[in-house]
Amino acid sequence: MADGADKKPLSFQDMILTLHAYWAARGCAILQPYDMRVGAGTFHPATTLRSLGPEPWNVAYVQPSRRPTDGRYGENPMRLQHYYQYQVILKPSPADLQEQYLGSLAAIGIDPLLHDIRFVEDDWESPTLGAWGLGWEVWCDGMEVTQFTYFQQMGGFDCKPVAGEITYGLERLAMYIQGVDNVYDLRFSDAVGDVPAVSYGDVFLENERQFSKWNFEVADTDSLFAGFKAAESECRRAIDAGVPLAAYDQAIEASHLFNLLQARGVISVQERANYMARVRDLAKGSCKAWIDSQSENWTAKYPGWTL
Amino acid sequence: MTDFLLELRSEEIPARMQVGARAELDKLFRAQMTEAGLDVGALTIWSTPRRLALIAKDLPQATAAVSEELKGPRTGAPPQALEGFLRKTGLTQDRLQDRDGIWFAVIDKPGRATKDVLAEAIPAIVRAFAWPKSMRWGKDSSSSESLRWVRPLSGIVALFGEELVPCKIGGIASGFATRGHRFHCPGEITIGSAADYADKLRACHVIVDQDERQAIIREGAAKAAADAGLTLVEDEGLVVENAGLTEWPVPLLGRFDADYLTVPPEVIQLSARVNQKYFVVNGADGKLANGFVCTANIAASDGGAAIVAGNRKVLAARLADARFFWEQDQKKTLAQHGEKLANITFHEKLGSVADKVERVAKLARWLVEENIVVPAQAGTAGGRAPTTAAPACAEATELADHAELAARLAKADLVTEMVGEFPELQGLMGGYYARAEGLPGAVAEAIRDHYKPVGQGDDVPTAPVTVAVALADKLDTLRSFFAIDEKPTGSKDPFALRRAALGIIRIVTENGLRFAVGEGDLLDFFADRLKVQQREAGVRHDLIDAVFALGGEDDLVRLLARVQALQGFMASDDGANLLAGYKRAANILKQAEKDVVPAKAGTSGGIAPTMTAPAFAGTTEMDRALLAALDAAEPAAQKAVAEERFTDAMAALATLRSAVDAFFDGVMVNDPDPAIRAWRLGLLARFTGAVHGVADFSRIEG
Repeated sequence: MADGADKKPLSFQDMILTLHAYWAARGCAILQPYDMRVGAGTFHPATTLRSLGPEPWNVAYVQPSRRPTDGRYGENPMRLQHYYQYQVILKPSPADLQEQYLGSLAAIGIDPLLHDIRFVEDDWESPTLGAWGLGWEVWCDGMEVTQFTYFQQMGGFDCKPVAGEITYGLERLAMYIQGVDNVYDLRFSDAVGDVPAVSYGDVFLENERQFSKWNFEVADTDSLFAGFKAAESECRRAIDAGVPLAAYDQAIEASHLFNLLQARGVISVQERANYMARVRDLAKGSCKAWIDSQSENWTAKYPGWTL
Repeated sequence: MTDFLLELRSEEIPARMQVGARAELDKLFRAQMTEAGLDVGALTIWSTPRRLALIAKDLPQATAAVSEELKGPRTGAPPQALEGFLRKTGLTQDRLQDRDGIWFAVIDKPGRATKDVLAEAIPAIVRAFAWPKSMRWGKDSSSSESLRWVRPLSGIVALFGEELVPCKIGGIASGFATRGHRFHCPGEITIGSAADYADKLRACHVIVDQDERQAIIREGAAKAAADAGLTLVEDEGLVVENAGLTEWPVPLLGRFDADYLTVPPEVIQLSARVNQKYFVVNGADGKLANGFVCTANIAASDGGAAIVAGNRKVLAARLADARFFWEQDQKKTLAQHGEKLANITFHEKLGSVADKVERVAKLARWLVEENIVVPAQAGTAGGRAPTTAAPACAEATELADHAELAARLAKADLVTEMVGEFPELQGLMGGYYARAEGLPGAVAEAIRDHYKPVGQGDDVPTAPVTVAVALADKLDTLRSFFAIDEKPTGSKDPFALRRAALGIIRIVTENGLRFAVGEGDLLDFFADRLKVQQREAGVRHDLIDAVFALGGEDDLVRLLARVQALQGFMASDDGANLLAGYKRAANILKQAEKDVVPAKAGTSGGIAPTMTAPAFAGTTEMDRALLAALDAAEPAAQKAVAEERFTDAMAALATLRSAVDAFFDGVMVNDPDPAIRAWRLGLLARFTGAVHGVADFSRIEG
């Protein structure tokens, strides 16, 4: 599916490097992944916490994302329990956000007069973060390749101003660009001289096998339950101690432990809603504490701004 | 006369909101113009994913001048009154006119330039615009008061004739410039006036008229299919949705691997339709074929080959998933799947879904064992006439077994992979899986159809097994939620109990099932739903009330038969006359009750006359005639009611007509002799009582 036979489609890593260069040239700080286990790029505090408040914030980063229940032991060509999201946050959302995004697709080799790019209504909501926004899923020839959202609320608080969030599904996009039907066949890097190319499977196939097994079969559920409780109480202690960033880490931890418990099949349908509400309380509490710790600074720098 | 063009350009408007947005723009524009005193004729309103446009033809250059006259206080009134009037009108006293001692203010309002009116109207329209969901964006969203729109508003074109209508909303100023197709013509284009708007856009790969885009999709999709020897499965919802997603629609046919056709066609169609917005196609045999039609938004540089290839791959992934679910689900029997229902809460006070299934299974069997649902007779669709003898024993036993089995398995598909992915396939998949594991056809059919009837237009089950399960499922839902006092209130009906009740009413009445549907609150609830249903079916509400007022009827079939008979009767002269006689009698009785409160001669007194009572001296021919007519009609009506021949019962009452008329013409009820008066009142009471045996005529209007 290369656009132009003369040009070899980008490898997985070159696609990431191209996106980094593209967004850096538009003023984004290129951050690194957050060093905790999260389910999506949105959980990175650079999105969750920094989308609150009046200060401009323009960043891009790759976030490894873990969804234990999506594991398929490396046997499904599309589904992974660990994959990458490319996340761009622009606050306030610029007027040409869509055009900037389409420019990034062109940069990684998608010709919009050869392929059908569409913005299809998809409103985003994260019950565990108490967040929602309006936007679209972006289709390329019928495949969803990006989630595009104007954040309206985070942690139950209005986003003032609104941030635009672009979340690329990197593996899907790469499979599309490289014309590959199996994620493990993706070229992760190209051969250079006599250094061989590396495939996505070379890097991750064994991870998928082992982590699927651990997520579904091995992980000690007593420890997970204990961990959830510990994270929950530590989150509250950190909120009380006035260190919301540390509190938020514990909210993320609790969220991931809950996902693991789900994968282990030990949370009943009835309990599920209850656990989700507990995680949401932690996330909201952390957001509130973050706002409380910053609002004096915010209102001083941005007179007239209110929560 | 000048034409006005308005274009509100925005980032992609959800397809499903565009119809409503066009109506909203029409409404708000008309309201603004009416308020300004401008007559608006036909409006042209268009929408694409990226713009809403309005053209108003032949607007005048200015609004008409108007003169408004206000009446003020009397000239002799206290000065405060005059001051107040001057404040209100903004005039000085020398501008007022004294007409016969009363102050009048005449305010001349000159006409306003239409352009100025429009410049004010546009921001007002944008601010008042109601979207199902709206949002804030950009720098301005630092404030809560920033403009809200469905997605960021990106441009405004407002031209009156060839002149700009200057206005500004949320930092966006009106201008001549818009943009063409996002990819074909991304630059700015300049619009001259309403006259060249659509053509200029067309030249820039935007077909602004949604009807034209719909036609292109409708015809193009059919042609793409026909060219390949296939027939498009028409789907107007998809036509409209795809027209709402494109500015330059290009339908393209693709094929998928025929191996996927082993999956049920509903699954393929749903997968293609819901997830991908594709049409599906039939082959020459009328069955689903391995083709699809997608609608691209560009005239692709390679003719669409890459787009079709990409879409085919996406659909293949979807169908691979579906086939995986289809095969995976069949590795277990429905009974095995059903074991998981014990882990799913139906309602915290009502136990698990497995508990519900157990109740429904028992109820379904009971409905058969009580002969409420009986085996189908040849040529009939189930149900039974009251006189039918008990059905053959073997048949009934089989029906009871099938009903219980189907009820036990009816919810098992809820925990299958396929229904997890496509919840709207509940029931249908259970039916497929039941057939695949070799269960009897009637059981599979009952599993498939037991949710019916879902909506007003939906079919009502008639096959006996299906009737038993569908009825048992809904009855259990209603009785269970009523038992824990979770009844619908006002607009809140979280467990869809009204729909369940309506479903029961339709199953019971259309199959003629005879049993007590409920008691107490539940019966009242049914009565309310039945009233609503009958009213919607066009039955006069007073006739419904006349039957419902009799009270205590828990047999819906009988209730409805009575309503229908009454409706027929009231449409006849006999009915109208009887009603007139009834009302007269009722009035006299009411008056008599008032006059003689303690007297024994009341309407319900123990002296209702009969033929065998000692005749008394004062009676006339007319008294005796009415008495005789009543003696004949009353038992006949009673017998007919008992035998549920309601039309006959009313016919019996109709025989009273001439005797009643003659009675009122010929005698004075309020005879000076209290004994005669009491006797005649008794006669009238007996008459109204006889009528009441059929329906409460006091509720009937007319």
